[in-house]
Amino acid sequence: MPDTNLPRDDRAALPRRMTGNGEVIETSAPIGDTVKTTTCYMCACRCGIKVHLKDGRVRYIEGNPDHPVNRGVLCGKGSAGIMTQYAPSRLRAPLKRVGPRGSGEFAEISWDEAMEIATGWLRNVRATDPRKLAFFTGRDQSQSLTGFWAAQFGTPNFAAHGGFCSVNMAAAGLYTIGGSFWEFGEPDWEHAKYFVMFGVAEDHDSNPIKIGLGKLKARGAKFVSVNPVRTGYSAIADEWVGIRPGTDGLFVMALIHELLRTDRVDLDFLVRYTNAHWLVVKNPGGADDGLFARDADGKPLAWDRARGAMDAGSAGLSPQIVGEYDLPDGRKAVPVFQLMAQRYLSPDYAPDKVAATCGVSADRIRRLAAEIADIAFNHTITLDVPWTDSLGRRHETMVGRPVSFHAMRGISAHSNGFHTCRALHLLQMILGAIDVPGSWRYKSPFPRPIPPGPGPAGKGAKPNTPLAGNILSFPHGPDDLLVHDDGSPIRIDKAFSWHAPLALHGMMHMVIGNAGKADPYEIDTLFMFMANMAWNSAMNPGEVIRILTETREDGEYRIPHVIYSDAYFSETVPYADLILPDTTYLERWDAISLLDRPIGSAHGPGDAIRQPVIQPDRDVRGFQEVLIELGARLGLPAFVKEDGSPKFKDYPDYIMNHQRMPGVGPLAGFRGEDGTKKGVGEPNPNQLQKYIENGCFWRHHLPPEQLYFKHANKAYLEDSKAMGLIGKSDQIVLQIYSEPLQKFRLAAQGHGAKQPPDEATRARIATYCDPLPIWYAPLEQQQHDTEPFPLSAITQRPMDHYHSWGSQNAWLRQIRGANKLYMNRLTAHRLGLAQDDWVWVESRNGRVKGQLALMEGVNPDTVWTWNAVGKRAGAWNLSPDSPEATRGFLLNHVISEWLPAQVADGQRFANSDPVTGQAAWYDLRVRVTKCAADEIPLTDPHPAALERPPGLKPAPDLVREPGK
Amino acid sequence: MTELPPPAAKKLGLVIDLDTCVGCHACATNCKEWNTGGHLGPLPDFNAYSAGAEGVWFNRVHSYEAGEGEEGRTVHFPRSCLHCETPSCVTVCPTGASYKRAEDGIVLVNTDTCIGCGLCAWACPYGARELDEDEGVMKKCTLCVDRIYNETIPEPQRQPACVITCPVGARHFGDLGDPTSKVSRLVAERGGYDLMPEMGYAPVNKYLPPREKPPMRAHSLEEAAPTGMDIKNPLLRWLDRALSR
Repeated sequence: MPDTNLPRDDRAALPRRMTGNGEVIETSAPIGDTVKTTTCYMCACRCGIKVHLKDGRVRYIEGNPDHPVNRGVLCGKGSAGIMTQYAPSRLRAPLKRVGPRGSGEFAEISWDEAMEIATGWLRNVRATDPRKLAFFTGRDQSQSLTGFWAAQFGTPNFAAHGGFCSVNMAAAGLYTIGGSFWEFGEPDWEHAKYFVMFGVAEDHDSNPIKIGLGKLKARGAKFVSVNPVRTGYSAIADEWVGIRPGTDGLFVMALIHELLRTDRVDLDFLVRYTNAHWLVVKNPGGADDGLFARDADGKPLAWDRARGAMDAGSAGLSPQIVGEYDLPDGRKAVPVFQLMAQRYLSPDYAPDKVAATCGVSADRIRRLAAEIADIAFNHTITLDVPWTDSLGRRHETMVGRPVSFHAMRGISAHSNGFHTCRALHLLQMILGAIDVPGSWRYKSPFPRPIPPGPGPAGKGAKPNTPLAGNILSFPHGPDDLLVHDDGSPIRIDKAFSWHAPLALHGMMHMVIGNAGKADPYEIDTLFMFMANMAWNSAMNPGEVIRILTETREDGEYRIPHVIYSDAYFSETVPYADLILPDTTYLERWDAISLLDRPIGSAHGPGDAIRQPVIQPDRDVRGFQEVLIELGARLGLPAFVKEDGSPKFKDYPDYIMNHQRMPGVGPLAGFRGEDGTKKGVGEPNPNQLQKYIENGCFWRHHLPPEQLYFKHANKAYLEDSKAMGLIGKSDQIVLQIYSEPLQKFRLAAQGHGAKQPPDEATRARIATYCDPLPIWYAPLEQQQHDTEPFPLSAITQRPMDHYHSWGSQNAWLRQIRGANKLYMNRLTAHRLGLAQDDWVWVESRNGRVKGQLALMEGVNPDTVWTWNAVGKRAGAWNLSPDSPEATRGFLLNHVISEWLPAQVADGQRFANSDPVTGQAAWYDLRVRVTKCAADEIPLTDPHPAALERPPGLKPAPDLVREPGK
Repeated sequence: MTELPPPAAKKLGLVIDLDTCVGCHACATNCKEWNTGGHLGPLPDFNAYSAGAEGVWFNRVHSYEAGEGEEGRTVHFPRSCLHCETPSCVTVCPTGASYKRAEDGIVLVNTDTCIGCGLCAWACPYGARELDEDEGVMKKCTLCVDRIYNETIPEPQRQPACVITCPVGARHFGDLGDPTSKVSRLVAERGGYDLMPEMGYAPVNKYLPPREKPPMRAHSLEEAAPTGMDIKNPLLRWLDRALSR
């Protein structure tokens, strides 16, 4: 019995000893002997960190209080970085495959040999058909380099992992408002009075959202979370809306319906900042139907009440937003607003009509619309900050509508995500709540012109010839698609083809599947970085493994060469022929570049670096450094001098001295010979030193008059142009109605030289390239019988693992070492299932076995689990008995990368958004059944345990002092 | 048995806001990395890369649901030593190793004299004691006694690691013996409470309950006053709206 149960008197009678025995504590011991700043990489958030070192080992990692991203805080992953640094799964030296693929039989080789092998394969591909290199870089934070390298190589087949992550958010945002939720914008945490978050568990951004939610809660702002699952952020929401997955778009359109019906619309905002008043040609069947009416200079027209058709951008215009008008050339046209209002006023979007589909009552939808309208229109915020708009008019104050929105994965990972996200942006525009005080705000360098740049490079790939331009760029219409004359795709992943015209981030999830079918063609070399395609990064990993190990009739592998760079022994390592071991994030240089994904905020643009804070104790090299050397060995023009010798001695040399355009390089800060220029300026040989002295980041503080209305803020746009962030300082007019989408649709309707090649594709484009947001049931659910699979199945990113999937981290795996399938208690009761039952989760694609957990806070028609916690036995240097491999499971096993075949010729489309190619992870439908009593309690599929590669020692049982 | 010091004016402790904790575990891992190299470190991990992984943590976050259906709540509950005013984990200690500091009330363990008997773990109803089976001694939250007074650390960062790292700002540190301190005022304003006060150990740490939710509007939007034209074509209400850009 514990002594606490003794009566007090008895305790008092026991003998007493001196408290603490006079212990003396050293309370002012220095943390370590050295402290260095760098940028975290435990997820995509890019927080600034201070790394304390003691005796050459990492002692403590803390958030950098001066850093604009995290302002001193650090999440659960970042704080566990020390265990990632010292993980026993770190690869130790270059490896060459010596047994069959998948056998895990490797030999350690020298870097010289590794570079020779890689150069040999790549040189041959480049000299014959550069398209046969597929270069996909996963969770890459250096795409401005890797994409540039791919263009220099001459292959159109480049992308990172955005196609299965965030492209719906990026594309919808960039084609609508010139910025996006994702990580290009943020709520006005200081002023918002009402915040609605859609489909965010742990997502971009990690710490900024947490910091912001803390501020919102402290101020008493209302926080509404729309999410099928009530965990994480949703747990602290004032109101949880447990919506059915994939129906958010319909829900948002019902809110829009309510606002229109009751005339709670910010018409002034719409005509000043959006294309609501632009005239759309009405000529059914004509090649110009649905395009903007333009004047002789190509400027869009609006209808002035007094003066008729005029440049829609004129000052003093008094535009009509409804009605039908006769253009000077005799054609008829209607304003965008009318088309928009007609659509969403339709009874199809009435709350009563959508309630059952969304699983949200009509009364609740009406009440939420009323709350949002009340805050937006009756509780405006006025900041006494004068500013000047793009037309040169001075405004004495900034007036804002303090309703903020944020959305991410739960919208993005559906095949209707692009339009759903566009609908959300439309809702923001109707409320006048974009980059105004209290609303969602752009993070500089956004906004950018809509669309932000020219079409993608990739046409006319020729041997030994670079491609001009950016491979991942922005189609404006059919002419920019990467398709051959017969309409067939140029890219291996079919991005930017009729299958996915706005696939801005590529479609990494389709690369291996397409290559396996030689559709559209075979590839020779698959070159990947930080992408676990043989496990949690793949839809249907079993199929990926089958293709990677498949041989052709001549005995050669279907994909003859696979080069993989990673720092850790992931599930993909055994399927590569050549392993180029990367460093950890604490051992490397990096540039978090404005040319790629910078760390800007609403308060100004910024970028950052990583510097090595510790030297590797293994024979490993940073991937970017390797890539630059490969570029030189291959003689890629930008990576060699005229005499053919390497242009850059290492990655830091490249970061400081590479110029994409004159004066514009990977880093925007401390440019110019004396380091005083920002954005544009000649290279500075001390630039990296300057960054280090500044805490490894640079930021530009916007003056108060530039903090809001950035899309139409003269001073902001002009300064941004001067810094090279945007090409011109014109007002960025927000696009309710998207003309590029209409151009694709016109092509599908038979207009123009470039048209979809077949009826099935034509029908898809005509339907899904609607210039106004639409809602449709997720494609998987449209195209096959969902009755046998009555439940939606989704995953969530755990805050303690997200983007830090390496469960090799000894601390994080204690927090979450296995995942269960979560089901609503009432649903389980109906199905006769109980807590901890072993169940089969079956879809049209197969089945996976896991353990059930019951909860209250989940939509009754939805089951979910934590993403990527399940590991393959043996991977990551975990022992095969680890819970990650015995009880952890991947929902990926039951997700197909293909939609069900739906046309007579068997043509299949990717299980992706038909506009952007975004992998539709969350469209999955399943049934859940109890395992038979005699089935063993072990997850299934349970592929054979992987063998530890050479050089890796068995992981220790006991860890006392990390790194010792 | 071990004696408690006379009650002191200074009562250092934590105030944890259950209204804003999102359960991210930052406090738990940052605590572990600070303390594994700190005063009571290391904090070993057993079976670190296999089944049965279990380490020493001074701070753990538990997630659970309270209530049923949509009206229920998901609660993230961080748990660590509460630095009680009358802690039985101290009085029960047979060697005097477990003690409460007179000067600030922090409850600590002198590992030189701890025999690892585990009585303190039995005595603590909050589960705050962590046995280092490798060293055979009991360990626990030190309230980062080696940070909060540490003159080599910039003054604003002289707070426990769990507080300084918390991304949502759900953790607060200060002197709960001083009614005018920021933490005391927070407790007063927000109705901060003791865990299991009936046990009589008078925890110094306090938890803040969820705030009252903002009221929901009772009624939906009123229809804009319909006109004859509206009924036929609702778009027409915007026809005569004089707008200017």
